[in-house]
This record gives sequence, C-alpha cells and structure tokens, in this order.
Amino acid sequence: MYRYSEFDKAFLTERNKQFRAQVERRIDGSLTEDEFKPLRLMNGLYLQLHAYMLRVAIPYGTLNSAQMRQLALLAEKWDKGYGHFTTRQNIQYNWPKLRDVPDMLDALAEVGLHAIQTSGNTIRNVTADHFAGAAADEIADPRPYAELLRQWSTDHPEFQFMPRKFKIAITGSEHDRAVIKAHDIGLQLVERDGVLGARVLVGGGLGRTPMIGKELSDFVAFDDLLAYLEATVSVWNQIGRRDNKYKARIKITVHEHGIDAIRAKVNERFLQVRPQFKGADMALLDQIKAHFAPPAFREGSVAAFESAYSNDPVFRSWIDTNIAPHKQADHAIVTISLKKHGATPGDATAEQMRVMADLAEQYAYDELRISHEQNVILPHVHKSDLPAIHAKLKEHGLATANIGLISDIIACPGMDYCALATARSIPVAQQIATRFDELKLEHDIGHLKIKISGCINACGHHHVGHIGILGLDRAGVENYQITLGGDATETAAIGDRTGPGFAYDEIVPAIERIIETYLDQRESPEETFLQTYRRVGMAPFKAALYPEARANAA
Amino acid sequence: MARAFTPKVVTANDLLEGDVIYLTADDRWSRDLREAELITDEAHAQLRLLDAQRQVDKIVGAYLADAVAGENGPEPTHFREDFRRTGPSNYAHGKQETSPQPRA
Repeated sequence: MYRYSEFDKAFLTERNKQFRAQVERRIDGSLTEDEFKPLRLMNGLYLQLHAYMLRVAIPYGTLNSAQMRQLALLAEKWDKGYGHFTTRQNIQYNWPKLRDVPDMLDALAEVGLHAIQTSGNTIRNVTADHFAGAAADEIADPRPYAELLRQWSTDHPEFQFMPRKFKIAITGSEHDRAVIKAHDIGLQLVERDGVLGARVLVGGGLGRTPMIGKELSDFVAFDDLLAYLEATVSVWNQIGRRDNKYKARIKITVHEHGIDAIRAKVNERFLQVRPQFKGADMALLDQIKAHFAPPAFREGSVAAFESAYSNDPVFRSWIDTNIAPHKQADHAIVTISLKKHGATPGDATAEQMRVMADLAEQYAYDELRISHEQNVILPHVHKSDLPAIHAKLKEHGLATANIGLISDIIACPGMDYCALATARSIPVAQQIATRFDELKLEHDIGHLKIKISGCINACGHHHVGHIGILGLDRAGVENYQITLGGDATETAAIGDRTGPGFAYDEIVPAIERIIETYLDQRESPEETFLQTYRRVGMAPFKAALYPEARANAA
Repeated sequence: MARAFTPKVVTANDLLEGDVIYLTADDRWSRDLREAELITDEAHAQLRLLDAQRQVDKIVGAYLADAVAGENGPEPTHFREDFRRTGPSNYAHGKQETSPQPRA
C-alpha cells in the first residue's frame, strides 16, 4: 500500500484549502456557476439529476481497512448511508450538500484519498487489474507503476486543459481483467531479456464511437515509459480535435491519422521529451515499489477449508464462483459480490463497508480492492480463513455466489441519478438478476457478462458485454438496444447490435429469449455463451428476438 | 413555420442542496412541481427564465421544461422530468423521503 509522503500530504491539504475557499466564494455569490463549474469538476464534484455527486478516486482500486472505514464514515455522516462503486474504480456519493463537500474532502485526506481529476479534461484515475499483486498469472504487480502515473498525472501542468478526458489502465497479466483495450492508453507489463517494461496500446474507448485499442509499441522499458507516455499524451494534446467534443478523444485522433502516423509523431516527440527524464522517475518508482512489497504470507493447514468445502454446499457454491487462484497455493483471492439479486449493482452500505474493512484487517493483510466490475476483493486470504469470512459475509448480505454469472451485472447509475442519461439502467439490472434467480438458471447458464449503460457514453461498458444493453430515449420513451458478442478481455471485441430496441417492459423478456436460445444452441454445458455466439452467430438470436420479422419474411 | 409553443415551467437545481426546484408564480422556488407556474406564453417564458438565471446565489442551471396542466398543477410530459420531480427508482430517496409522489 502506498503511504503518503509529507509532500503528498502538504499538496492535498493545500488543494483542499483552495477548494474550500472556492466553495465559499460560490456560496457568497462572488463566483458564478460558469466560473465555479470547472473548479468543482477538477475536484470530483458533479451536479446530477437530483443532487450533487462526489466522485472519489480509489487509485488502481486499492484500499486499506482504514480507508474503507473512512468511506463508510462519509456515507453515513454526509450522505444517505451508502456509496456506489463505479466501473473506473471510483466511489460515488449521490447526495452530498455543497457546504459539506470541503469537509468530506478533508476527511478523505486524513486517510490518503482524494477526488482530484475524477472529472474534467485531464488524466483520470489510473485503473489496474483488481487482482494485482495476488494473481497467479501475473508478471509483476502493476500498482507501483500505476502510483507513479498517479503522481505524474496529478496537476501535470501540460495536461490540465486537454481536448477531452484521458483514461489509462494497467495490467500485469496476459489475461486482461482491467479492460486495457477500451482505454485511451492500455498498458500490459511485459518482460524482455530480463527488463521490465510495458506493451503500450492506444486509442481504445467505448462511448458513441467504440474502438479497440491498437498497439503503439510492443515494448517500452520502464526507464523510458514515462517519457513515452508523456510524448503520447502530448502529441494528442496538440493534434487532438477541439472543434468537436465527440471527436476529441484520442481514439478518433488515432483513427483519423492512422496508428503508423501517430507512432511516428510519438517517437519524434519522445526524442524531445526523453532528455527531461533524468532518472528521477525511476528512483521514485523504486521507492514506491517498496510500499507494495507483498505481505508476509502466513502458513498453516488448509484442512478446515477442505472440510467446509466438502460438507457445506452453500460454502462450496460460493467458493466455486467467487474465489480465484492466488500466487500462493494455500491462499485465495476472494471476490465479494455487490450484486445481491435485486440490489443496485455496486452499492454498499456504510455497515457493509465496515464489515469488509474488518474482514480485510482480520484476515486479508489489511488489503481491499475495488474491481471495475463493481465488486470488492480481498486479494490475499489464507484458505483456512475462508469459512469464517463466508459466514460473516452471509450475515451482511454480501455472500452472493454469482461472480461471472448472469446477475453479476455492470450497470451505470443511469437516469436514476445521472444528468446525462437517456434511460434507466439500475432497475433493468435489478429485474434481470431477480428474474434469473427465480428461474434458478443462473449456475446452469454459467459464465456470462451483462453490461448496461443508460446512455451512449457507455459508462456501463455495454459494448464489451457478452450481452450489452444500451438505454436510449426514443421519442420520449425509454428504449433498450441489445448487442451480443462483446468481450472485455485480451480477446476484446465490440458487440453486434441485434436490431431494433425494446421497451422498458420488454427488455427482461428479450434477455430471457436470448438465454433460452443459448441454452438450446450450446453444444455442451461447458460451452459458454460467448463461445456459442461466436460459433453460431447472430441468426438464431435474431430469430428468437424478432419472430414477427421472420414471419413477415416467410 | 416556427413550432407552436408548448407550456413550460422554469426548473433548476438548488445551489446548496442540489435538489430539483421550480419557479412559482409568486417568485418562490418550490421543491414541488405542482406548485410551479405553468407558462403558456413564449415571451413570458423567456422573461421568467431570465428572472431565474439572475439568481446565481440561489440556483444552478435554470431551464424551461415542458409540462401540462394536471388536476393538482403542472405535470411532466417527459420521463426525465418525471424522475426529476420524484427521485431515483432504486431507493425512496430525494423528494420521496419527505413528500410521497407516486408515479402515475
């Protein structure tokens, strides 16, 4: 875990002091809303549909128990007792009052958290594989580098007024859990001849023009990586389009100029920028790495785990879905589902946050992670502690065994909260989860990712859902388009649209018809939805969704 | 030909609370759409919007929203305004906590 230096603390104190004064000047009328808005956005404060919303960064998704308890305190003291974890490893508070926000930011600073650059046309919170430092399949922990990027990008003078926002994700594994191909820059750690570096992808993104990231470089050594990234962002900052908001992201720049031309410009800029990096960044990285040293993993018998696994079917089911392999064979990675059937995806109450903080402190070397899939992770758990953890989670509505299944849905806040939304997302997610729980089909259906966005900006990652749902406003009525075959991993793909959308009360039955078709078409229970879709294509799903079209064509 | 003017209300968010508010005929800000002034004249609507926008130390983001006359006062014509006057659908938060307004 990164611990703030005196410099970090002083910087954050000063920044929060500035914002407190800005809020005061807004309230006393010395600042107009036009003047205040860019200032509040720089500090993560939005004005949404019903209230302000404060978006707090959880850098690379990593928290300790004290930080999680502080998030709970904010929820209880200044909000309505809960927080919403997002697809970019942030937490959002939906009901803060303007006057309280400076106090909330000060409380966050006490535990080394902030809301800086969680909005605005800046480099946003750097996200990482939520299994970082624990995954059995990783080359190196990506978080030290992510922390270096956080420090580099925070208040970076060249990158405060860019054409548009800029998102970076980083993973240390070949198997991509951080959706790096749908980020402005995606970094995958790779080792070449004993030297650690990164493969650099650029120009991925979802939104109204979804694109899969392209390879800018197959390897940049760590020594050069920061200069290379600075060169990349700098090139885009200069040539990225400022005339049209919808064409401003780097994906459009890459698309319009071509990856080869962008690479040539980046290389040229890199030669100019490189001499400015004299090794201080690498010295800093070394210091940061020490903060992320793995815990001293405890040893002990796993007999208690094995006995519970054999004897308790509920525990077994939870282990089979919510546990991932840890690099230490006697440890496990626990994913705590924030997707209880019928609940709002990604929401946790203050009490649940405290329970998770306690579990982290008692059993998980004081570490928690937030995933872009809106769940919470205990990254290091000795297997013998799993029965006790499961029992505690069960008491607090946190033991749902559904990770990677149909009810583990990503959903953006949609029109229940968001000022940009064109339709609701949350109730659609709630109804799908409830419906398939009633049908008791969830485990039979197996691995399936449904992702729902309430507008074309795609915060709910619908393009890369195996089943994607996009809520739109069609002539004053909520309407939901479906895409199939999207993929958020290293084999990333944008889903294909099935055809015309469905009304609010038709969307759950439509999903049901898709699932019936899959169950009917799959060759065996082992063939996942995505595999079946890739094998049989769109036709059978279309036929099931639009029987009248087939009848008309006949 | 210009499109016919449809009735409007002036709505905004409260500066301190962030809550959805409506301009009333007697120049108050109400949290209840039913108390809003339903404006049927286009020129008057523009004037009322200017009245609202001047109040920078009270409100944020004033605009004209479509509404129709209902039994108890103005009612929304679009679902977005229906959510704004009610609150989110996943919890009984916002306006639903104090003044229940079941959706029609």
